[in-house]
Amino acid sequence: MEKLFPKMQIINENGEWNDETYRGEITEELTKELYTKMLRSRLFDRKGVNLQRQGRIGTYVPFEGQEASQIGSAMAMGEGDWMFPTYRDHAATMTFGHSLKTLFLYWKGRQEGCTPPEGKNIFPPAVPIASQLLHATGAAWAEKLKGTDRASIVYFGDGATSEGDFHEGLNFASVFNAPVVFFNQNNGFAISVPIEKQMKSKTIAQKAVAYEMEGVRLDGNDVFAVYFHTRTAVERARKGEGPTLIEAVTWRYGAHTTADDPSKYRNQEESVNRRETTDPILRLERFMKNENMWDEKWAADLQESLTLEIEAAVKEMEEIQSPHYNDMFDHVFAENPWPIESQKEAYAHSRGDR
Amino acid sequence: MTTLVDTKKLTMVQAVTDGMRVMMKEHENVIVLGEDVGQNGGVFRATDGLVAEFGENRVIDTPLAESGIIGTSIGLAMNGFKPIAEMQFLGFIYPAFNQIMTHASRIRARTLGHFTVPMVIRAPFGAGVRAPEIHSDSVEALFTGMPGMKVVVPSNPYDAKGMLVSAIEDPDPVLFLEPMRCYRSTKMDVPEGKYNVPLGKAARLQEGNDVTIFAYGAMIEVVMKAAKSAEEKGIKCDVIDLRTLYPLDKEMIAESVQKTGRAVIVHEAPGTGGLGETIMSLINDTSFLYMKAPIERVTGFDTPVPMFALEDHYLPSADRVVQAIEKVTQF
Repeated sequence: MEKLFPKMQIINENGEWNDETYRGEITEELTKELYTKMLRSRLFDRKGVNLQRQGRIGTYVPFEGQEASQIGSAMAMGEGDWMFPTYRDHAATMTFGHSLKTLFLYWKGRQEGCTPPEGKNIFPPAVPIASQLLHATGAAWAEKLKGTDRASIVYFGDGATSEGDFHEGLNFASVFNAPVVFFNQNNGFAISVPIEKQMKSKTIAQKAVAYEMEGVRLDGNDVFAVYFHTRTAVERARKGEGPTLIEAVTWRYGAHTTADDPSKYRNQEESVNRRETTDPILRLERFMKNENMWDEKWAADLQESLTLEIEAAVKEMEEIQSPHYNDMFDHVFAENPWPIESQKEAYAHSRGDR
Repeated sequence: MTTLVDTKKLTMVQAVTDGMRVMMKEHENVIVLGEDVGQNGGVFRATDGLVAEFGENRVIDTPLAESGIIGTSIGLAMNGFKPIAEMQFLGFIYPAFNQIMTHASRIRARTLGHFTVPMVIRAPFGAGVRAPEIHSDSVEALFTGMPGMKVVVPSNPYDAKGMLVSAIEDPDPVLFLEPMRCYRSTKMDVPEGKYNVPLGKAARLQEGNDVTIFAYGAMIEVVMKAAKSAEEKGIKCDVIDLRTLYPLDKEMIAESVQKTGRAVIVHEAPGTGGLGETIMSLINDTSFLYMKAPIERVTGFDTPVPMFALEDHYLPSADRVVQAIEKVTQF
């Protein structure tokens, strides 16, 4: 099966061409845009870990190492499309339009972190595993029924493929030919459980066969491979040619969450060594150097401006007023039923506010 | 002035079908989906004829997957459609519980109202029709205890259609429970067009000053029989059909027990954690000083609903209700 689903790659670990099909489209402008987005998300991610360590936000879910998978795929989506992330897909959602402030607010425990920017169809992060595949299918199905050419993309990890909702999502999308891209980030572990214990099949992409849909396996650390192959899947969806299951093989350096200790179940030395071979940002940097696109001053200025942007977002996040407790009561239903209204009044009274 | 309204004699299941038909005619975004709802017209024929009238894009036979039905309905609902998702039986809803609990009921709250899932989940429920095991569960309390869900149970054809119309028009997710025992037990004049029976409002079925009986769904027939027996013994019951289980009709509950001073609560769901406990606490909160006797409950047991050879023992009977009425009046 691994032979039937080879890991598609456009540039290799050394930043050299492996497949020149898209050479004409890989301009310096596109390359720099992808590099900028990846660096932005990495700096954001490291800031998130630091803020948690300093007690300035709650538990944080890092993604360092998965930038190419998230950004390459999100770049393939268009205006009006739908995105269904998990709690780990900040690089994808910031690429699709979330502000850094919104993302920090989520980990600050604020409901505002679940709200999309105006005009952007970004669903709140799915916490239950694999449940969001069905929402993406439903939203895509709705677009098909409405006769638009909009599509959905949904993110999930390797552990999610063991859940019933993964299979129900693929099956419904297949049966109803919903324009949805199922984007799997296979980073090898579902918290502590390695992929070998998660499933017996050698690839995740091959599971598409059972649902008579396209299955694509790609190098998830090669941002070009992710971008172009996802774009193809989205185009196929828009044309009514059905859903696609993409497996992006990647690696996350850090823990499942900041509340987790990966040294208990994973060889940390391996993670350190992998930086040389799998780091998506390093790979793109090497490519840019090979292609004479790299400019030290540009890179230094970029680092500085992104750092300033992130610090500004932290400041905004920390300066936001405390939420009013009525936010808890006022959005459960369109109109409060009496039990909630009376609990709201009683709580206000207990605080001396009424 | 009297307004003449065209009516049809319908059973409850026909009234449910009529409610969907009326709303599907009026709103193109109303769709029906579930297992066997299309060509087969549903296992109880609740969707009979709808696919012929509205087509396969609006009456959709889905794969056999409850979580899939609810999960995709969430996506459809928040993207412009009003799905009416059918569970073949409430006892089959458990695979979908995660979708309802972690998403449908709380998307509005999680997103401060940005995303909402205005959908209806229809599910036949309850014992007494000699169904195989698991088919007869009354687990409404799983959902009345779920923040963000409305839960309604009609007990007659008129209410079924009017409440279904209200549920479809509701901007939030509604679990619409259909007591199987009532599906074909009676026929009633049902208006042909659209009308609403509001959610959140109970109905007084019989006026009395001695004791209040609270019930809903299939238990209405049982308590009406018990109330008749009680009347023969000189006890006049106020009989309240709760109709909506979340939110309950606090005003009518309080008004009735403050008049009678005595209450018997009847449901076939298990006693522990059942709706009866919520009603008791509501009476405590609103009417404690009016009460002349401890409140009695006649409920199903804290056991799985047994296979049907034993279901008559499980279900509250009119005799048990009469005994409870006598207990509160003789206190």
